[in-house]
Amino acid sequence: MTVDSILNGVVIDHITAGSGMRLFELLKLDRMDVTVALMKNVTSRKMGRKDIIKIDADIPIDLDVIGFVDPGATVNIIKNGELAEKKSIRLPDTLKGVLRCKNPRCIVTTEQELPQIFRLTDPAERVYRCVYCETKAQ
Amino acid sequence: MRSVIDILDLDVHELDALTDTALDIIAHPDDYADACRRKKLATLFFEPSTRTRLSFEAAMYELGGNVLSMASAAASSAAKGESVADTVKTVSCYADIIAMRHPKEGAALVAANSATVPVINAGDGGHCHPTQTLADLLTVRREKGRFGDLTVGFCGDLKFGRTVHSFISALSRYPGVRFVLISPEELKLPSYIKKDVLQKKEIPYVQTEDLEDALPGLDILYMTRVQRERFFNEEDYLRLKDSYILTPDKLKNAGPDLSVMHPLPRVNEISVAIDNDPRACYFKQVSNGKYMRMALILKLLKEAGTL
Repeated sequence: MTVDSILNGVVIDHITAGSGMRLFELLKLDRMDVTVALMKNVTSRKMGRKDIIKIDADIPIDLDVIGFVDPGATVNIIKNGELAEKKSIRLPDTLKGVLRCKNPRCIVTTEQELPQIFRLTDPAERVYRCVYCETKAQ
Repeated sequence: MRSVIDILDLDVHELDALTDTALDIIAHPDDYADACRRKKLATLFFEPSTRTRLSFEAAMYELGGNVLSMASAAASSAAKGESVADTVKTVSCYADIIAMRHPKEGAALVAANSATVPVINAGDGGHCHPTQTLADLLTVRREKGRFGDLTVGFCGDLKFGRTVHSFISALSRYPGVRFVLISPEELKLPSYIKKDVLQKKEIPYVQTEDLEDALPGLDILYMTRVQRERFFNEEDYLRLKDSYILTPDKLKNAGPDLSVMHPLPRVNEISVAIDNDPRACYFKQVSNGKYMRMALILKLLKEAGTL
């Protein structure tokens, strides 16, 4: 299967196989009126299998979301068909507006205009907790 | 603006300084009788409370200040749907400092982020209750003369008991502390506290369901109530509420220097026959709570430049 190269846009590569769909959803790509290709289980020499997302549009990408889902992913910015920039990805310290707290006792369940904020509390285990009630993100 | 939401907002030096101030207040109450003259504390209690609210109010009065409060959550704008943020922004216009209790976890942080005066968390659901921990710490200091080198038993509801979580977090910062966690299987200390606090700091602890077996080795026994309001299911509450009841008979197994603590209110988990035992400290905790709240109000008003 082949997917055309893009002229101006973003390529998110080296996504752990199986994580591409979650990343696709958290980046809200399903709601954007742009051409996007999500490739699952692509053969990779380095990883065996990997997922790739190609976005054929010059749109801002939330690198924190990518870092949260898969800090091993790579992000290449393409301009005029050439690699213009490689973005570094790391586990973000804070996630805003990405996850929702599932604790029914948390203040965000009754005051829904409050920003949903999660903080990295255990980098080794990649644990994020709600800043309000400290419930672990699922 | 400095607020206190979690006991971990205060470092050990600040805890030591607060207990120093509280001990000085106890020794020289007249020196503090006008310390907060013409200052106002607003007590915003969106959840029923007797001792915590009265303790804050008594603390402010003993500092020479005044208190603003609402009759109940039902009588507040919250009943009309006002947000916590809007409520504290409004109250910040009237008061110099706010003590707030709210049934939702994280409400105190929301309040602190919006208020223009210091906010003291007087309990946010099952999450944090830092001033109870301050009361507990002063009790330990007065009863034991130290914070470190202690074996502390926690008994009862260790899952939902916010006072237990805060007290464990606070004591974990002192050397030589060991914990004995006594609870039924369903009410064990949450694994994230064991992992993030106890295991990370390599603090020794044991878990048991047997109170009588654990008693002889303890310096402090911290009893807790199984809280009906923390259960979604009444059947679970009824099944677990009488798991542990401390009686004079059981206390015979304990050493003469044991201090029995309880954040109160109790239901039946400590027999009233123990109240006159010299090892019973739970009413001393109530008194200590007022002094620590006085010390905290003074500290936060000074840091805010209000005093």
